[in-house]
Amino acid sequence: MADAGRHPNIELITNANIENISGYVGNFNVTVTKKARFVDENECTACGDCVDVCPEVYPDEFELGLSSRKAIYQPFPQAVPSSFVINMDQCLGTTPIACGKCADACEKKCIDYDMQDEVIQLEVGTVIVATGMEVYDPTEIDEYGYRRYENVVTSLEFERLINSGGPTQGHLVRPTDYEMPETVAFIQCVGSRSVKRGNPYCSNICCMNTVKDSLMIKDHWPEVDVKVFYMDIRAFGKGFEDLYRQSKNRGTKYIRGIPGEIREDPETKNLILTVEDTLTGELQEHEVDMVVLAVGAVPRHDSAVVKKLLTLSTTSDGFFMEAHPKLLPVDAATKGVFFAGCAESPKDIKESVTQASAAASRANVLMAQGQISSEAITSVVAEEICSSCGLCVDVCPYHAIEVDKANKIPAQINEASCAGCGTCAAECPIQAIGMRHFEDQQIFAQIDAMLENDPEDKIVVFACNWCSYAGADTAGTSRLQYPANARLIRTMCSGRVDQRFILHAFAKGASMVLLSGCHFADCHYISANRWTQRRVERLWDKMEKKGIRPERLQLEWVSAAEGQKFATVMRAVEDLRTQVTAAEIQATQEALANA
Amino acid sequence: MSEKPSNGESGNGAPRVGVYVCQCGMNIAGTVDCEAVAEYASGLENVVVARTNKYSCSEPGQQIIKDDIRDHKLERVVVASCSPRLHEVTFRTAIKEAGLNPYVLEMANLREHCSWVHMEEPEAATQKARDLVSMAVARATLLEEQIEAVIPIARETLVIGGGIAGIQSALDLANAGYKVHLVEKEPSIGGIMAQIDKTYPTMDCSI
Repeated sequence: MADAGRHPNIELITNANIENISGYVGNFNVTVTKKARFVDENECTACGDCVDVCPEVYPDEFELGLSSRKAIYQPFPQAVPSSFVINMDQCLGTTPIACGKCADACEKKCIDYDMQDEVIQLEVGTVIVATGMEVYDPTEIDEYGYRRYENVVTSLEFERLINSGGPTQGHLVRPTDYEMPETVAFIQCVGSRSVKRGNPYCSNICCMNTVKDSLMIKDHWPEVDVKVFYMDIRAFGKGFEDLYRQSKNRGTKYIRGIPGEIREDPETKNLILTVEDTLTGELQEHEVDMVVLAVGAVPRHDSAVVKKLLTLSTTSDGFFMEAHPKLLPVDAATKGVFFAGCAESPKDIKESVTQASAAASRANVLMAQGQISSEAITSVVAEEICSSCGLCVDVCPYHAIEVDKANKIPAQINEASCAGCGTCAAECPIQAIGMRHFEDQQIFAQIDAMLENDPEDKIVVFACNWCSYAGADTAGTSRLQYPANARLIRTMCSGRVDQRFILHAFAKGASMVLLSGCHFADCHYISANRWTQRRVERLWDKMEKKGIRPERLQLEWVSAAEGQKFATVMRAVEDLRTQVTAAEIQATQEALANA
Repeated sequence: MSEKPSNGESGNGAPRVGVYVCQCGMNIAGTVDCEAVAEYASGLENVVVARTNKYSCSEPGQQIIKDDIRDHKLERVVVASCSPRLHEVTFRTAIKEAGLNPYVLEMANLREHCSWVHMEEPEAATQKARDLVSMAVARATLLEEQIEAVIPIARETLVIGGGIAGIQSALDLANAGYKVHLVEKEPSIGGIMAQIDKTYPTMDCSI
C-alpha cells in the first residue's frame, strides 16, 4: 500500500468516483470526481489533534460498526494517503460559530471547510477494472439470527475482533459480555452454494479463511474449543491441505453438516445449533458461546456503473465476464480493458495478485507497441438504407454499435471495438449492414458456384473459422474418412450466416444445409452463436410454414478438437441427404420462388 | 499448367485471377487429380492463369505466384492447397510482397477438407476439388482490398479500485514505466485486504 502511495508514476485519486468513460482502446477519455475531503491530504500529518476535539461520534465503517469514530477521522491507522477526512454529513458545522473545533486544534491549518469537489480529466490507453467484491449479508437467513443474536457474527467481523489493530486490540471476546468464548462455532457456505438463498456458486475463499481463523484461535487461546460445520472443505491450493491438516491436529473439530437453526439461550446468550451430522446421520445439538458465519463473496452493489461505462458483460453470478474463460481470462470483451481481482470472480489474495499482474502484463503488451492495427474485417452501415431500428445494437456482443432511435440517426459502428463476427449483418432485416471480406454477394457467389452442377448431391456447410472449420481440419489431419458430398463455406462466426444464405441454397436446389459453430462457452465472439441458435430456430419455423422439412437444415456445435464429431456429423447429414427426393427439392424451389 | 493469353483484361473488366493448385507432394495429388483441377480452373471465368505446384508454400512455390502477379497483372489470387488456418498468412504475405493487397487472396482447402478425408474416393474427391476451386474463384473475383487502420495508444492506465488487485496492477505498470491513475472510491486504498489480519497460506500480516 505504502509503495503505491509514494510511487512517482502512480497518481492516487482517493475518495473519488468515475463519472464517465468514452472513447476506445488506446484512447479512453475518463472523467473522475475527487470528492472534497476537507483536509489537505498533502499537509496533514495524521497527528490526531483534530479527532480529540471533535464532538461527533459515529459507527466506524472500517470496524464494521464494532467501534466508533469521530466525524473527522482516518479510515484506519495505515491508511494511504495518510490523511484525515471529514464526513460533512456528520460534521456539526462549517463555521466557527457552529463548531470549528478541529480547525482550531489543527496547528498546520490543514482543515478547509470550503474545499470543493474536483473534476479530473484523464486520457488513458488501457483500463484495469479492480473494483473488488462485497461480503454476503446473512440477515435474510432468518434461522441463523444474524443481527438478532449479538453473538452471531460474520467472518469479516470476526477478522476485526481478532485483529490486534481492531476494536478489542485482538482480544477474543464475544459481543454480549466481552468475555472470552469457551466454544466458537463456524458455519461454512453461508450465502454460497445454495440455489435457494444467497448464491449458487462456491465463494472460493471461505473454507481456507475458516481454517486460518481456527489456527489463529488455537495459536493464541489453545483452550478455546473450535467447531466447524461444513458441507465440503475445499482446500485445493498450494499448501492449503497442510493448513487444514494442521487445523485438525490442533484440535479443531470438523463436523460435516450445515446447521438448520440457531437458537439463543436468553439468559446466557449462548447459542444452540441443531445439525445433522451427515457422516453418521445423527441429529445433534451443540451449545456454543459464539457463532461465526463464513459468509460468501458477492459482486459489488455498484458494479453496474463501471459495467455500463465500459460496456462490460457479467456472468449469471453477477461478476464481470472475461473475453474467453481459458484463453483470455483477464481480458474484457471491450478491447483495452482488463480484470484484476474479485471483480471477475471471488478469489484469495494470491490469486488476486496473480491476476493483477497478468492484467498489468496484458495492458503492457498493448501499450508497449504504442499503436495497434485495428481489425480489417468489420461491419459497415449503409446509412442511406438504415432505418435506425436498433436490432443490431441488441445483438452486438461488443457493444460496438450505437443508434439514436428517437432522432432516427443511422447506426454507427465503432470500428475499434468491432471484432468482426458479422452477427449484426445477419440480423439486419433490411440489409443495411455489410461485413467487410464476408459480404453477402461474396457468400452468394460461393453458394452459386457450388450448386451450379448436380445441386441435389451437395451438402452446403457453413462453418465458423475458429471451431467448426478447424474441427473439419482436425478430421483431415486425423485422416477420418467421410462422404465427399459436403462443401464448406467459411465465415468468421456462425453468427454471420444470414437466413437468406440458407434459403438461397435451398432455392438453388441443395438437398441439405448444415450450419456449424463453436460450443456456447467457446464462441470466439463471446455470445454471438446464441444468436445463431435463435436465428436457426426462427428459420425452422419459417421452413415448416413453407412446407420445407426443417430437418434439411441442421445445426451442430463442433469444436476445433472434435474432428471425430465433425466426421460423424458429415455421415449423419449425408444419410439425411439421401432421403431428400428430387420431387421434394422441386417443391422447395417452387415454394421459395413464389415467396 | 494452363495459361491464357495475357494481353490485357480477363475479358469483361472483372479482376484477373490466378489459380495455384498445390499437390502438397502426394498429400493432395495422391488422391486428387491436380492437373485436371488446374485444367478445369483455367476454364473458369476471370481466370487468366492456372497452374499446379508441388509445394506452393515453399519459397520457389511462392516465387511462381509472385512472378505471375507481375507477368500476368494478376489482381486476385486463389491458392488451392491446405487449410487457410495453416498458410493464409504465408500467402497473404507473399502477394503483399508482390504488390497486392493481402485481402485479395482466397484459399480452397484441398487437403484437410478433401484429399485427406476422401482417400478411398479419388473421383469424388477430384470433383469436390473442382467445386472448391470454382467457389474460391467466384469469391475471389468479388473480394475487395481491406485496410488495417493503425490506432495510437496512450501510454497511461486507469486502474479502478485500490484493493490488493488494483494496487498490484498499478505497481507493476508503474514499475514498467507507465503513468498510472489509481482511482479509489474510499478515502484510503487497501480495500477488504486491509481489514484482514493474517492471511493464508503464509499466516502473515496483509498490510
